[in-house]
Amino acid sequence: MSSTASTATLEPAGSTENGGAPTASLTALVRQARTGLVLLVAMTALLGLVYPGVVYAVGRLVPERADGQVVRVDGRPVGSALIGQQFTGAQWFAPRPSAAGDGYDPLASGASNLGPESTDLATSVAERRAAVAAADGVDPASVPADALTASGSGLDPDISPAYAQEQVARVARARGLDLTVVAGLVAAHTSGRAAGFLGEEHVNVLELNVALAATAG
Amino acid sequence: MSSLSDAGSLSDTAAGLLQIGLLLLLLAAVHVPLGDHIARTMTSSRHLRVERAAYRLLRVDADADTRWPTYALSVVGFSTVSILLLYAFLRLQGFLPLSLGFGAMEQTQAWNTAVSFVTNTNWQSYSGESALGHLVQMAGLTVQNFLSAAVGLAVAVALVRGLVSRGTSTIGSFWVDLVRSTVRVLLPLALLAAVLLLLTGVVQNLTGATEYTTLAGGSQTIVGGPIASQEAIKELGTNGGGFFNANSAHPFENPNAVSNLLEVFLLLVIPFSLPRAFGTMVGDHRQGLTILAVMGGLWGASLAVTTWAETHALGTVPQAVGSAMEGKEVRFGEWASALFATSTTMTSTGAVNSFHDSYTALGGGALLLNMMLGEVTPGGVGSGLYGMLVLAILTVFLGGLMVGRTPEYLGKKIRQREITLVALYILATPFALLVGVAVALSGASTRSAMLNSGPHGLSELLYAFASAANNNGSAFAGFGANTPFYNTALGLAMLLGRFVPLLLVLALAGAFARQRPADATTGTLPTSSVTFAGLHAAVVLVVAGLTFFPALSLGPLAEALA
Repeated sequence: MSSTASTATLEPAGSTENGGAPTASLTALVRQARTGLVLLVAMTALLGLVYPGVVYAVGRLVPERADGQVVRVDGRPVGSALIGQQFTGAQWFAPRPSAAGDGYDPLASGASNLGPESTDLATSVAERRAAVAAADGVDPASVPADALTASGSGLDPDISPAYAQEQVARVARARGLDLTVVAGLVAAHTSGRAAGFLGEEHVNVLELNVALAATAG
Repeated sequence: MSSLSDAGSLSDTAAGLLQIGLLLLLLAAVHVPLGDHIARTMTSSRHLRVERAAYRLLRVDADADTRWPTYALSVVGFSTVSILLLYAFLRLQGFLPLSLGFGAMEQTQAWNTAVSFVTNTNWQSYSGESALGHLVQMAGLTVQNFLSAAVGLAVAVALVRGLVSRGTSTIGSFWVDLVRSTVRVLLPLALLAAVLLLLTGVVQNLTGATEYTTLAGGSQTIVGGPIASQEAIKELGTNGGGFFNANSAHPFENPNAVSNLLEVFLLLVIPFSLPRAFGTMVGDHRQGLTILAVMGGLWGASLAVTTWAETHALGTVPQAVGSAMEGKEVRFGEWASALFATSTTMTSTGAVNSFHDSYTALGGGALLLNMMLGEVTPGGVGSGLYGMLVLAILTVFLGGLMVGRTPEYLGKKIRQREITLVALYILATPFALLVGVAVALSGASTRSAMLNSGPHGLSELLYAFASAANNNGSAFAGFGANTPFYNTALGLAMLLGRFVPLLLVLALAGAFARQRPADATTGTLPTSSVTFAGLHAAVVLVVAGLTFFPALSLGPLAEALA
């Protein structure tokens, strides 16, 4: 109901400037609204059904991309290469902290929204630093920024090459694999900047872990 | 290019600057042909066959030229129907196909959302993946993404017609402008953009929730949808409403650095092309270039501030972490995030690829100020140009006072009526913003919506009303805006912030249209010069500075200096 009230507040601005009788303006407004309704229905068909429909049809020519790059292991779909997953345990490369639901929940994408002076965030960062340093057996001061912070989407599929490299020794030990083999997997899954200068270097955690699982047999 | 192939050799700064350079190159290449296309489209006497069919259906005279009150009534009539229909859509979605099992949106939230999309704001107090089905996203929201941008473009063109009018009193036909903006400008560009986005990996399907057993044996439910088609017009129309809660930070909306640069380009391209269209319509390209210089100069300055603040990781937590990566994606990093953030807040888009609430105090404060400039650098589709022209008129008036010259813009005199309308325009948005903030601060329950404490909490509240009143739509997203009070109050701020200035612009167009242009004399202040551009930029900054300095000093400035 509030939307009709808004019309009432706006309408006199037109009519008083018009200099005409308010009722005449009201009739004119109703007439314009009727024209608007017809146009809106026609535009809804064109822009709301035909346009997305055409894009959908084009998408069927590149179904792998249009469907969000589903990752399969032995034919079984395990998720999307674009959407990060939760990995806990020493045998997996760990993703970034996530503020999406209980972590990497695509039904609740989002960020922590904590500001630069937030004591809650400062506490979380200190806890993550201690936990990551202990798990990976490194100096707490050397833990990379992406291991300490939650992403914007909460679904960040990537970590920095530095964080991936930090985890190599731990993962290799947990899986009984040779250090160079695991380091080789990280190198193979490190993507540079697009065209050499767009965005940042990154490592897709799900793809790296899929390759890791395949190597470990 | 051979030196670029070795990614490791390129520093972050060099890569970041090259990225900005490529963006500027693309904009420079496109703004002239696109601006000319828009000018030609909006001044042509020829109708396409599909347009003729539309006018017959609407029973409007395609060649009728109307005075401003009729034009304004059409805008208000159309927008009212748009709000009502979208409201009904949101309330009834449970009965519609492709609803994915979601029911009616709550009343105040549906009001907020309907107003938000019709006013080109795209403030979202809902979360897409947990509230909306595919049909509402396509046939409700995507449609308004097109039409609200088309309304802005129509009104801007009407103002320019008033300025070039030879005293005929008419400013065009709203229905013709709306149809042409949609059919000949927005739709073809959006289609091209959607296909390009699709190729970069943006999702487009009609899949509902799909449950996967993850690699580690957990469970994850992923929702697809008609995302590429919505993403394209969301950026191109400077709308900004995300398909998902995480908006363009979500990998399905913005999967990589290439899609990211394309999206930044899309949200800037029409606003930065409109000065050219303006120059072409008034028959003097230097007039358009002057406006473009002011827009581009302020955009560049703000980009420098935010990029500097983010890459230097100012503030307690970023210093502790060694980088301002909270709320940012690894694939984008600080440079591509700051570029997106500056562009989205300066175009009234409001899409985000990183979360502004977690920006450094200075970086986030600059984003807030970007909106407070009134969305004119380069601003939203149409609204950026008309806002900039209003400020140019104020500049001419002030310049005239300073040197004792007759205030004239493009041969049109700025008399009492014109300057009154300009003054009201400049007061309207700050009024909606500051009164809204004051009311919200006066109640304990409404204050509790702030997630962060201290000055940062005030910044969240200020940001919310700045975003709503200036029709931006981005947020310091920790702010708990989904309450009946904020849904209603921010809805009102969006409505006033859009339609009061818009109606004043049409009245101004009418006032100019009645005047015969005077010939330029030695007493005329030239409005296409470096001096004028400097004065114009100063007026943009001074108007916002005087209005908002007290509020900014209690929020981001206090936090940055703490």
